Amino acid sequence: MTFLSEEKILELEKKANDIRISIIEMLIEAGSGHTAGPLGMADIFTLLYFHILRHDPKNPSLEERDMVVLSNGHICPVLYSTMAHAGYFPVEELKTLRKFGTRLQGHPHREYLPYVENSSGPLGSGLSQAVGMALADKIDCKDKDRFIYCFMSDGEMDEGNTWEAAMLAGKHKLRNLIAIVDRNNIQIEGYTEDVMPLEPFHSKWKSFNWHVIEVSGHDFRSLNEVVEEAQAIYEKPTVIIAHTIPGKGVKEFERNYKWHGKAPNKEEGEMALKELRNLRF
Amino acid sequence: MLNPKLKLNPKIFNDDVEQVPIRKGFGQGLLLAGEADENVVGLCADLTESTQMNLFADKFPNRFIQVGVAEQNLVTVASGMAAMGKIPFCSSYAMFSPGRNWEQIRTTIAYNDRKVVIVGSHSGISVGPDGGTHQALEDIALMRVMPNMDVLSPCDAIEAKKVTLALATTKRPAYLRLVREKTPIITTEETPMEIGKTEIYWMPDVGLAQVGIIATGGLVSHALFAAKELEQEGVKTKVMNLSTIKPIDSEAIIALAKECKAIVTVEEHQIAGGMGSVVAEVLAQNFSVPMEFIGIHDKYGQSGTPKELIEHYGMGKNSIKEAVKKVLKRKI
Repeated sequence: MTFLSEEKILELEKKANDIRISIIEMLIEAGSGHTAGPLGMADIFTLLYFHILRHDPKNPSLEERDMVVLSNGHICPVLYSTMAHAGYFPVEELKTLRKFGTRLQGHPHREYLPYVENSSGPLGSGLSQAVGMALADKIDCKDKDRFIYCFMSDGEMDEGNTWEAAMLAGKHKLRNLIAIVDRNNIQIEGYTEDVMPLEPFHSKWKSFNWHVIEVSGHDFRSLNEVVEEAQAIYEKPTVIIAHTIPGKGVKEFERNYKWHGKAPNKEEGEMALKELRNLRF
Repeated sequence: MLNPKLKLNPKIFNDDVEQVPIRKGFGQGLLLAGEADENVVGLCADLTESTQMNLFADKFPNRFIQVGVAEQNLVTVASGMAAMGKIPFCSSYAMFSPGRNWEQIRTTIAYNDRKVVIVGSHSGISVGPDGGTHQALEDIALMRVMPNMDVLSPCDAIEAKKVTLALATTKRPAYLRLVREKTPIITTEETPMEIGKTEIYWMPDVGLAQVGIIATGGLVSHALFAAKELEQEGVKTKVMNLSTIKPIDSEAIIALAKECKAIVTVEEHQIAGGMGSVVAEVLAQNFSVPMEFIGIHDKYGQSGTPKELIEHYGMGKNSIKEAVKKVLKRKI
């Protein structure tokens, strides 16, 4: 990871837009799936895969790679799209999402797509897997050599398993663990604060002995800085609460929880693609 | 007679036969596995001594993770450690793991194909005075339905030690079912144990057996006691120790059914979905014979001594003998 130049930021913004276009294209083709979360997380995934991660798409099993655990598997369109654009597999393959025989299962499955580090879907158990990975590296004295990143949704903070993991990570001061929560305020049945209030969210994490950072989920420079800060924290695991706009990039979809769990039909999708394709940088 | 080839404990039928909790064998086995391979790690949910993981934890404190009373975290953290090349054994009471955390085991271990050994101690009715909440009678069913998951249920502490050591070297996720109470030592260090293979522990002195008894876990000794008395009453049986419930040794079960033409299964578990169901599935598809099932009949347990409970719920020596006589009458 290095300083982000203006040129690099522009490049990342264009890449994120390409990734969003692919997300919409694959969802139209699939006819089902989640829209708001993947669009909202496209910027952070882009930053990670195109600037931060130590990884090699041509050698996915690179021994010393950083690990990415996706806990909320339902936002896999953004993971698949980002990985395809990064060169793990052909972008064309994205159109097989959710179809019989595909490597791109409705929720990620390691058996079909070995480039993902974990199969996921049922919420709340990604963080504990990431904690296990971080602990294993700590036992092997490799906790200075790489980072374990865990993507989570805010909705899945309702799950007790998440907090069991948070407690254990705090206990072991896992400095090699960086959790990123998509704080987009929506879940399938409504706004998080109506379904099950999470606030005061920041102090919840703090009380579990985590270093807590809040950031805009769409500003590359700020995102880059907070990841750098997380990497510098020595005595604690870090959680980055990324404030994102669900559906980001398509005005019709933004901030509306109804787009959490459904895919655009052909007409809605074409409208979204038009908006994304006309974006000027 | 006891199968002479297997070098079983000759004192098994003595009143003063040594009795050791099966979970103890796990504790010893894990310590040995830890010494043999530095990738072996232990995780426990605040029951380190009860599940006998303390032997490992004391010897290898850096490779032991205390997760607190958090069984969902127990298995999912283990999954993450397995992803990094560790060989995690995670222990709790069977009622809580896999009882409470079944979906986490399914998704993050079995479906995710991560080699983790889930150790469920205090299974069965013989947990005793703690009562029904703590008596796991459904765990075999829960775990055997999960693709990619092996299920082991050793008959005594010595076999538990061997199974634990073997599980540290296999590739697949596994469930290891243990019993709290002291049970008679049936096997010896020399008795063969291979995952996926059954052995006939008791056989007629001469001739063919009339009934095959297939038992698992802590009730194997009860099956042997029943077989010995039945022999004195003129009924010839064979007793199979089925310590690997999955993958099932179909060949041996079919061979036993072909010889005996009648089978009784014996387990400390609900009859629905348990080891007997596995045997019935094998035989229904290959060689149907009359069967009787010893186990719990769709009920929860209650407080009592292990002996009282085993008798009350019809799983003791006398119940096994009755089942053998009943199935004998049903033979065609």
